[in-house]
Amino acid sequence: MKTAFAGQHQKSDRSDCRVSLTLNKSGGIDITVNSKVKLLFERAIRETCMSVMKIFSIPHAEIVIDDNGAPDYVITARLEACIKQLIQTEISQLPEMLPQNTGGTKKDRMRRSRLYLPGNTPKLAINAGLHSGDGIILDLEDSVAPDRKDEARILVRNTLRTVDFYGAERMVRINQLPRGLEDLDAVVPHHVNVILLPKCESPEQIREVDTRIQNLRKKHNIQHEVWIMPIIESAMGVIKVFDIAGASNNVIALAIGLEDYTADIGAPRTREGKETFFARSQVINAAKAMNLQAIDSVFSDVSDMEALRENVLASKALGFDGMGCIHPRQIRVIHEAFAPTKEEIEKAKKIVDAFHEATEKGLGVVSIGSKMIDPPVVKRALRVMELTEKST
Amino acid sequence: MKMVKNAVGRMVPTEINGEKVIPFKGVGKHRPIGRKHAPTIVSSADYPPDGDKRVPSIKEALINARLKNGMVISTHHHLRNGDLIANQIFDIAAELGVKNLIWAPSASFPCHKDVIKHLESGVIHHIEGSMNGPLGRFCSEGKMAGTAVLRSHGGRYQAIQDGEIQIDIAVLAAPTADSFGNGHGLDGPSACGGLGYALADYQYADKVIIVTDNLIPFPCIPMQIVGNYVDYVVEVDRIGIPELIVSGTTQITKSPDRLLIAELTAKFCDAAGLVQDGFSFQMGAGGTSLAIGIYFHKMLMERNIKARFAVGGSTQYSVKMIEDGCLDYMLDAQTFDLDAVRSMRENRAQHPDISIFHCYDYHAKGNFTTMMDVMILGATEVDVNFNGNVCTHSDGYLLHGIGGWQNCLFAKCTILPIPLFRNRIPIICDEVTTLVGPGELIDVIVTERGIAINPKRQDLIDKVKDSGLPLKSIEELKAEAERICGIPQKPELGDKVVAAIKWMDGTVIDVVREVKIKL
Repeated sequence: MKTAFAGQHQKSDRSDCRVSLTLNKSGGIDITVNSKVKLLFERAIRETCMSVMKIFSIPHAEIVIDDNGAPDYVITARLEACIKQLIQTEISQLPEMLPQNTGGTKKDRMRRSRLYLPGNTPKLAINAGLHSGDGIILDLEDSVAPDRKDEARILVRNTLRTVDFYGAERMVRINQLPRGLEDLDAVVPHHVNVILLPKCESPEQIREVDTRIQNLRKKHNIQHEVWIMPIIESAMGVIKVFDIAGASNNVIALAIGLEDYTADIGAPRTREGKETFFARSQVINAAKAMNLQAIDSVFSDVSDMEALRENVLASKALGFDGMGCIHPRQIRVIHEAFAPTKEEIEKAKKIVDAFHEATEKGLGVVSIGSKMIDPPVVKRALRVMELTEKST
Repeated sequence: MKMVKNAVGRMVPTEINGEKVIPFKGVGKHRPIGRKHAPTIVSSADYPPDGDKRVPSIKEALINARLKNGMVISTHHHLRNGDLIANQIFDIAAELGVKNLIWAPSASFPCHKDVIKHLESGVIHHIEGSMNGPLGRFCSEGKMAGTAVLRSHGGRYQAIQDGEIQIDIAVLAAPTADSFGNGHGLDGPSACGGLGYALADYQYADKVIIVTDNLIPFPCIPMQIVGNYVDYVVEVDRIGIPELIVSGTTQITKSPDRLLIAELTAKFCDAAGLVQDGFSFQMGAGGTSLAIGIYFHKMLMERNIKARFAVGGSTQYSVKMIEDGCLDYMLDAQTFDLDAVRSMRENRAQHPDISIFHCYDYHAKGNFTTMMDVMILGATEVDVNFNGNVCTHSDGYLLHGIGGWQNCLFAKCTILPIPLFRNRIPIICDEVTTLVGPGELIDVIVTERGIAINPKRQDLIDKVKDSGLPLKSIEELKAEAERICGIPQKPELGDKVVAAIKWMDGTVIDVVREVKIKL
C-alpha cells in the first residue's frame, strides 16, 4: 500500500502538522493522533479527519497526525493533499469563507508595504494581518520547495478563505508560467485580490494570466476584480516593461525584483545600487506612464531598521510608491518613510489652498504671494495631500 | 476528604496533609488574630565567641542541626536554574536514612528534577512551594505522597511568619559570606544580586545553615543575611552554575506578535493616564514585559519626566532607566542579569535590595503593591469573569508556581498582556482550570487582537474609550480565539487533590487535581 505524506512536523513548525495517509481495503478509518494539544483537541482532530474522509468517500484508511497545534483548516488542507496524491478527484474540502474575506480592493489603494509569507508555512499567516501591512502575499513560488507545490496550493486556498488579514490586501504570488496557471485555478475562486506574476518578461504572459483569471471569475461568479502585479526581475523584463504595463487594464502596479535581476545581468548587488539604477528608473517610468504604482524590491536585512529606512527614502526619492517586506517589523518603517514629511505636507497644503482659491476665483494662474505656481507643482502637491489623507 | 465550596465557588478540602485549612472567604475577608510564630530562644553563650561558625560540610551541618524524619527543610531560589545546593540536601538525607521531609523552597526550577527520586523513595513527603516543570508534572500525575501546597511569594512569608510552615532547618546559599553567617549576593562566582527571598527563612527557622563558595573575612557587608540568625556556615567549591543563575543579558522579545502586545499595553497605559511624572510600576523579566519597559522608557525620556520607583525583577533595562535619569528607585527583590547585579552593587542608593516582606507580605502593616500604579503580569488562562490562572495549563497540568503574581494583583491597575492563544489553545476561557487570582483584582487583558477592560473598572473604560485602541469585551476576545482555534474539550481530571493553591492570607482558593490521561 502506498502512503502519502503532507505537512511538516519539526519543533519549529508551530500551527502545522504532518499527516500520513494509507488507503486500505477494509478495517474502517484508523486515526492516530500525536499532538502537544492532545488532551484538549484530540476529539476535534478526530472529528475533522472523519468529516474529510466522508467528503472524499473514503471508507478504509490509516491516518497518522503528528500535530503541533495546527488549526482545523491546516489539518484539512494536509489531509486533502494526501488524498490527492493517492486518488484522482475533483472534490475539495473547502473551509467556511470568512465574510470579511470576500471583498474586492480599489485599483489605486495604497500599496506601500506588502508582506511576503511562505505559502506552505501556516504559523506565519495566522497573525500576519495584525501588523497593519497594506498587503499580504501568500507565496507559492520561491519559498515553496518543488515537491511541496501541490500541498502549498491547497493550504494557500484554505488560508485565503479562513484567515482574517484585518484589511490587508490579499495577494498570491503564483509560480512562473505555465505552472502558475494551475495556481490560478486553485486560488482565484477563493477571493484573492492581487496576483503577483514573477519573472514577467512579456505582455503575452500578462494576457495569458488575465484571460485565465477572467474565465475563472466568470465560471465562479466572482464579482470583485482580481488585479495583476507583474514582477520585473530580468533584463528582458526591464526592456519589455512598458508593453507589460499596458498589456491589461487589470495590471495595477509594476514591482521589481532585484536579486534575480542582478543575477541576470551578471552584476553583484551593492548597497548603493548603481547597477540597478537603470532598471528601477525604467520600471518607474513605465508605471507612471501608464498611471500605475511602482513597487520596489524587498530589503533583506531584517535586523537593520536604519538601513531599511535609508533604503525606503531612496526608493521614494526615485518615485517608488511601495516596497516588499519579508518581516512584519519592516512594515512600520516602510510606512513612515513613504509618508510625506511635515515640511512636505505644509508646503503642499499652501499650494493646494492657493489652487482652490484660484479655481474659485476663476483665475487661470495659481500663485502664492508674487510667486507663480506651475501646474506640475500643483499636481505633486495634490498627490502629497492625497497620500497624507490615506496614510492617516 | 471533606470538600466545601469556597467564596469563589471552588470545591476545596478542609484538611490538607492532616492539618486543618480555611477555605477562601473573599478578598480581605480573613483576618486572623493571635501572635506570630517565633523560633526558640537561643543564647550567644552557645555559639563560638570568635564568631567562626564554620563546619566542614553540608552533611555535618545537617547532622549538627539534628536532621530527622518529618522535618521541614527550606531553601531560597536566588540561584534559579543554576542551584547546586538543594539537591545535595536531599541526597544527604537519603544517605542518612531520613524520611518524610517536607521541602519548602521559595521556588523550584527544572534543575531540581533530581529530587523526584527522593519523592519516589519517601525521603521527601511533599513540597510546599512553587513548582516548575518536571516537579509540577510529577505532582500532576498524582505521584507525590502528600499534597503539594502552592503559595505566592508573599503567601510564603505570611505562612512562615504565621506558623503555618514551621521551618526546622533553612539551608541558604550565599554567593558571599563571612564565617559568622552574614551573607549577600552581590559578589563571588555565583553572584545573584539580592537575597530578599531568604528573609523569612533565616528569621523564623530553628536552625540556619549558610552555604557559600566565596568566604570572606568578617564583616560581610551588606548583611543581606544577618549572621546573628545563623547556626552554621559551610564553605563549598561551588554553590551554583553562574550562567544559569543570571543571564549574561536579558533580551526583549523579537516576536512581532509579542512586540505588538507590548506596544498596545504601553499605549493603553498612556491613554489611561497612568504614565505620569512620579508614577510607579512593576513588571517581570519576560520578553514582552521588557518590551513594555522599553516603551515606558521612551515615553519618559521624550516627555522629560520620571518614574518614582519600580519594584521587582531588575534587568539591564531597568538599570538603563536609572542611568538615563528616568527612574529614581529600583526596589529589587530579584536580580535577573549581570548588569542588574552590577547596578545593585555599585548604586545601592537608587537600586537597593528589598525582601518579600517589604513588597508582598499580606499580614504586615501594609505592603508596597497597593501603592503601585501599573502592574504588568502574565497568565496561563483568564476566564470571562477575569479570574486568572498562572499555575496550571488548560490541559490540567501543574507547570508553574504562583510567584509574586497573587500579591501583585493589589496594584492600582493590574494589566495582563497575553497572547490570545498559544499553540491552538485559547487563553480566554469560560472558567479557568485553576483559580489562582479572583477577577475582581484583574483590570485589563491586552492581547494582540484587542484589549478587554474589566467592567468593574468603569474609570479606566471612561479614560480610554476615545483613544482609538482596539477595545473589545472579554467575550468578544474569547469568541475570536475560538473561531481561530476551535473550542477545546475539557481535560479529564481525577478526584484526587494533588496540590492546594493558597491565597495570600493563608486560605485555600483552589486545588489542582490529578490528570487522568497523561501526555
